[in-house]
Amino acid sequence: MSNPLISVSDLTVTFGGSRPVHAVNGVSFTVGTGEVLGLLGESGCGKSVTLRSLLRLHPPRRTTYGGRIEVDGHDILSMSEEQLRRYRGSVTSMIFQEPLLAFDPVYSIGRQISEAIRRHRAMDGTAAEAEAIRLLDRVQIPQAARRYHAYPHEMSGGMRQRAMIALALSCRPKLLLADEPTTALDATVQIQILLLLRELQREMGLSIIFVTHDIGVAVEISDRVAVMYAGRIIEEGPIAGIIGGPAHPYTRGLLASTVTQNMRGTRLEAIPGAPPDLADLPPGCAFAPRCSHASATCLASIPAYETHAGRGVACFHSLNDEGVPPSVTAKVS
Amino acid sequence: MSNDLPLPSAEDRGGPAQPILIVNGLRKHFPLGGGLFGGNKGAVHAVDGVNITVPKRTTLGIVGESGCGKSTTARLLTRLIEPDEGEVIFDGEAVGVPGGMPLKELRRNLQLVFQDSFASLNPRMTIERAIAFGPQVHGLPASEAIERSRHLLDRVGLEPGRFGGRYPHELSGGQRQRVNIARALAFNPRLIILDESVSALDKSVQAQVLNLLMDLKDELKLTYMFISHDLNVVQYISDHVMVMYLGQVVEVGPVEEVYAHPRHPYTKALLSAVPSLDPARRTERTPLTGDPPNPINPPPGCRFRDRCPKAHAVCAEIAPPSVAVGADHRVACLMADPASGHPDAS
Repeated sequence: MSNPLISVSDLTVTFGGSRPVHAVNGVSFTVGTGEVLGLLGESGCGKSVTLRSLLRLHPPRRTTYGGRIEVDGHDILSMSEEQLRRYRGSVTSMIFQEPLLAFDPVYSIGRQISEAIRRHRAMDGTAAEAEAIRLLDRVQIPQAARRYHAYPHEMSGGMRQRAMIALALSCRPKLLLADEPTTALDATVQIQILLLLRELQREMGLSIIFVTHDIGVAVEISDRVAVMYAGRIIEEGPIAGIIGGPAHPYTRGLLASTVTQNMRGTRLEAIPGAPPDLADLPPGCAFAPRCSHASATCLASIPAYETHAGRGVACFHSLNDEGVPPSVTAKVS
Repeated sequence: MSNDLPLPSAEDRGGPAQPILIVNGLRKHFPLGGGLFGGNKGAVHAVDGVNITVPKRTTLGIVGESGCGKSTTARLLTRLIEPDEGEVIFDGEAVGVPGGMPLKELRRNLQLVFQDSFASLNPRMTIERAIAFGPQVHGLPASEAIERSRHLLDRVGLEPGRFGGRYPHELSGGQRQRVNIARALAFNPRLIILDESVSALDKSVQAQVLNLLMDLKDELKLTYMFISHDLNVVQYISDHVMVMYLGQVVEVGPVEEVYAHPRHPYTKALLSAVPSLDPARRTERTPLTGDPPNPINPPPGCRFRDRCPKAHAVCAEIAPPSVAVGADHRVACLMADPASGHPDAS
């Protein structure tokens, strides 16, 4: 971890207009080579916006970035369009929730993969086709040579997601960004895709940033998780530590309100209220209006993000069962 | 309660032991386009001989992969789609037959709440009017309907004074789903079908809505059919669970029994595909390979046999009948039938 592959510091993303929306408000994190970071949060928390910023996919005219993003030595926010074109796909690539929208419907999936290979790697048509078939086979698409000629609409959801993974990996990226790639799939197919991603990640030494709203999915795939709320990371740490001892009241609330096995007959601990309007954020901690531990300080000022022993939390009243600070728990457990 | 909600509720006719809903042999095939020369391309076997029994004041969970016919079943029961075959008995009265319960009365008694909270509401109607609209159509005077609508908004946790005049786009997803629940309640129904009603909500909001559903069920003596792909939520809310595969019921039983001792290989696979919340116990092997198959012209025999780890030659020949394996626990698998000839049968 001495030299992380990805380093994001104090990233802010604002979408312009008469009522500017502050989607990301000072996000910092690092991801090492071969590490999987889960970005966990509910809709509108800024997890997808953060992810897309790593490829600068937001519309340039309406988006204002602040802070710094560094991936494998590249300063993303200062790149020219031409540099970005070379960077996208070859250093960092992305898979999306709905592959049907990510693929071009009028070309076969094989052709789209070999086109990407020819553009980024020195290969002629025949070699690129062979490489595309190898990749389709690698993502466990049966009869890869035949499926090379299939159009996106001819495949099932799970097969399309596999094809998109093949496309994303076709130019041997170092970083894979995954934006809820399994959310639209059935649980039986979801677990197949998660296992495939884990296998490919180990084999290729990939770093992955995996955005999800599903804690179960984050547990299956991540080494570390960062929990986001209203455009900020409010807690971060190894997956086992976060699940076992959440320090931020929001993380704890999220875990408590998630229905897991054998909870029949118990009443769910719901978090009251709803997330804040990103165009009109409160002056203090964004979670304070919904938080049962909130004090006058929480409403007035934003808590600093403090790290200790691999865990980070942004809360004035970070908690655990005994009421001691999280740093102490991290050592105990 | 009857003073608060003036629309007359259908009284309990059959007594507590009479199931609120009995469905026998429900079937719907959607024919594929015949084309210019009328060639028959077959049919989508969306729902193929489904039997359902829902006891009063319980919740029946329905699970299965996409395309298994869960939502079509819901639409057939509410007659949003006309079934090809099948008998529906609501609280002891056959529906839609001469001398039985008329369709209009069934629709008052049986309401549906969908997944997409936005698409289910008229964007040009304030939510107060949207809730009052149905009872008004069924003959309640406008002023009473509005009063009732405001009462229901209050009941589902939306302050009528603050929210009543709003339009659907001015509400969050969780609030809109509360409106849809209130609208379903406006008829004083006895059975509510919840078709993925909490699936699109964030977890913290989902918990609020689940708590609300549990409260309403107790208070208004409701019965639910809860359709979901989320097996944890189904376990949480249901008394009985029904597992569907390609338009057929493969297993049905008390939720604790089915989750603890699943008998059908498909149920076992489905349950083990749920991610655990324990980082030390990550899934290592896929419980089921392949995607859910296409319900067009399914093969004879057991429909699960292509993906079944225990499939045997006999599975291609005999369509497994539903056999009892415990109290209220039924499974459609040849392995549960000792006389079937399957080598693993017991």
